[in-house]
Amino acid sequence: MASKAQKKIGLAVLGWVVALLVFFPLIWMALAAFKTEIDAVSSPPKVIFDPTLENFNAVFERVNYGNAVFNSIVESVGATLICLIFAAPAAYAMAFFPGRKTKDLLMWMLSTKMMPAVGVLVPMYLIFRSTGMLDTRTGLVIVYTLMNLPIVVWMLYSFFREVPKEILEAARMDGARPRQQLLLLLLPLSLPGVMSTALLSIIICWNEAFWSINLTASNAAPLTQLIASFSSPEGLFWAKLSAASLLAIAPILVFGWVTQRQLVRGLTFGAVK
Amino acid sequence: MVATTTTSSQASHGGVRSGRGVDTRPLIWPSVGVLLIWMIIPLALTLWFSIRNYKLDDPSITGFAGLGNYSYLLTDPSLTTALLNTLLLVGGVLIATVVFGTLFAVLFDQDFWGKGVARLLVIAPFFVMPTVAALVWKNLLMDPVNGLFAFITRSLGLGAITWFSDMPLFSIGIIVAWQWIPFATLILLTAMQSLDREQIEAARMDGAKAVSRFIHIIVPHLGRPITVVVMIETIFLLSVFAEILVTTSGGPGDASTNLTYLIYKNALLDFDVGLGSAGGVIAIVLANIVAFFLVRTVARNLDA
Repeated sequence: MASKAQKKIGLAVLGWVVALLVFFPLIWMALAAFKTEIDAVSSPPKVIFDPTLENFNAVFERVNYGNAVFNSIVESVGATLICLIFAAPAAYAMAFFPGRKTKDLLMWMLSTKMMPAVGVLVPMYLIFRSTGMLDTRTGLVIVYTLMNLPIVVWMLYSFFREVPKEILEAARMDGARPRQQLLLLLLPLSLPGVMSTALLSIIICWNEAFWSINLTASNAAPLTQLIASFSSPEGLFWAKLSAASLLAIAPILVFGWVTQRQLVRGLTFGAVK
Repeated sequence: MVATTTTSSQASHGGVRSGRGVDTRPLIWPSVGVLLIWMIIPLALTLWFSIRNYKLDDPSITGFAGLGNYSYLLTDPSLTTALLNTLLLVGGVLIATVVFGTLFAVLFDQDFWGKGVARLLVIAPFFVMPTVAALVWKNLLMDPVNGLFAFITRSLGLGAITWFSDMPLFSIGIIVAWQWIPFATLILLTAMQSLDREQIEAARMDGAKAVSRFIHIIVPHLGRPITVVVMIETIFLLSVFAEILVTTSGGPGDASTNLTYLIYKNALLDFDVGLGSAGGVIAIVLANIVAFFLVRTVARNLDA
C-alpha cells in the first residue's frame, strides 16, 4: 500500500507528464521559431542551438504578414463589437421581459448555429463575387458577425439573468429608460460576463479557417488564411512557419487561458456550468 | 432586409405590446432579422442552385437539372467515400476525445503540485488555429524525412512512417483529436466541479476501489456533459476543412476527402455550382439530424 505522500508525488508526475505531452507540439514549434532554417530541419533534431531572431525579422519583412495581423485584429474585433451592439438589447429584453416566445426564439437562434458553413458555401461565394465583397474586410466582418451572433446573444442572456431584477426595477421607478438601464446599469454590472463574451467571440473569429480561406485571398486575408498559404511547397520554411505561427497563436492563447471558466458556458450554450 | 426594417420601425412607433410597460420588439428584432436573412437567403439559393445546371467556367450550360445533380452525386462513388471518411473521422475523433477527455478531467481534478499550470497546458491546443495546428503536425512532427516522429521511429529501428500518404485520414484524425481533446477536458473538468465529494468519500470509506468509484459514481455524473460534448463536437467535426486542405488536399486520390472537402472541391475547384449545392443540401440535412438532438438536450436544460 502506497503512502499518501507517495501517491501524491505519483499523481503530480502523471499529471505533468500528460500535460507536457499534450502541450509538446507547441513547445517544439516555439523552439523551431528561434532556430535557423538549417537547425530546424536537422536530424537528429537539435534541442540545444544558438537562438536567433532572424525568423521574426524575416516574417515581418514579408509585407503581407503585417497586413494579415491587422486583418485578424480588425475582423475579429470588428465583428465582435457589431455582435455586441446587436445582441445586448436582445439579450436584455429576453432576460428581463421574457414573453411566451422567448424560449422558442433562443432555441431558434441556437439552431441557426447548426447550419454547416459548407452547406451555404456556394451561394455565399456567388453573392460575394457579384457584390464585389470577395477579399474585403467588410465581407468577412459581416459573415463573422452573423456566425457569432447566436452565441453572443446566448452568453449575454445567461449573464444578464444573474443580475437581480430588483436593481433594474428600482432604476425604472426612478425613470430610467430601457436604453439607460442597459447602458448605465446592466452592462457595468455584468462587465466581467460581457468581457468574457467578447473574448470568446474574438477567439472564434481569430481561429476561423473556413470562410477566411474561401472568401479572402490577400487583401483581406487574416492569419488563418495566410498560414494556410504556407502549405504550398515554396512556403515551406519550417523556422519561419514556426515564428509566424507562434506570433499568430500567442495572443489568443492568453485570451483563452484568461476566460477558460466562462468559455465553457458559451461553448455549451449554458448546458454545462 | 426591407421587411424587417419595416417591422421594427412599426414596432417602435406602434406602442406597447408586452404587458410590462416595455416594448421589447425593437430590442429583439434587429438580431432576429439579420439572422433570418442569414438563414433564409443562402439556404434558398443553395436549394435553387441544386436543381440547376450551373458551371462557373462554362456559361453555356444552364437550365433546370431537376434532380440530376442529386442523382449524379448519389451514384458517384466519391460521395460514398466522402461519407465514409466523414463517419470515420467524426467517429474516431469522438471516441478519442471522450475517452481521453474523461480520463484527463478526472486526473486534473485531483490535487497535485502545479495543477493550475498543468491544466492550462492541457487545454492550450484548443485555442490554436486549425491551419497552424495542421502545419506544425504535418511538418515539424510527421514529416517522413525531417520530422521528429521519423527521427524517433528510425532511432528505434522501425524506419520512418509516411503518415500522410500511407494513412492520411488517420493522420488528420490525430491532428483534429489533438485540438478537440482539450475541449472535452475543459468541459468535463468544469462538470467535475459539481460532483458530490461526500458521496465519493463515503464510497471510499465503504471500501470501493478507485476503478469502481470511477465507473459507478464519476461516469454516471459525467453522462450528460459527455452527451453535450459529443453533440457539439459532431457539429464541428462534420465541417473539418482547413486541416485537410493544408495537409493532404483530400488525397491521395480521395482517401482523406470528407463531405465538406468534397463540396468545396466540386464547387470551387471544379466550378460546378449545381453539384456543389446538391452536396450542400445533403450536408445540411445530416447536420440537422444531429442538431435536432442537441437542441432538445439544451432546451431541457433551459427549464432546469
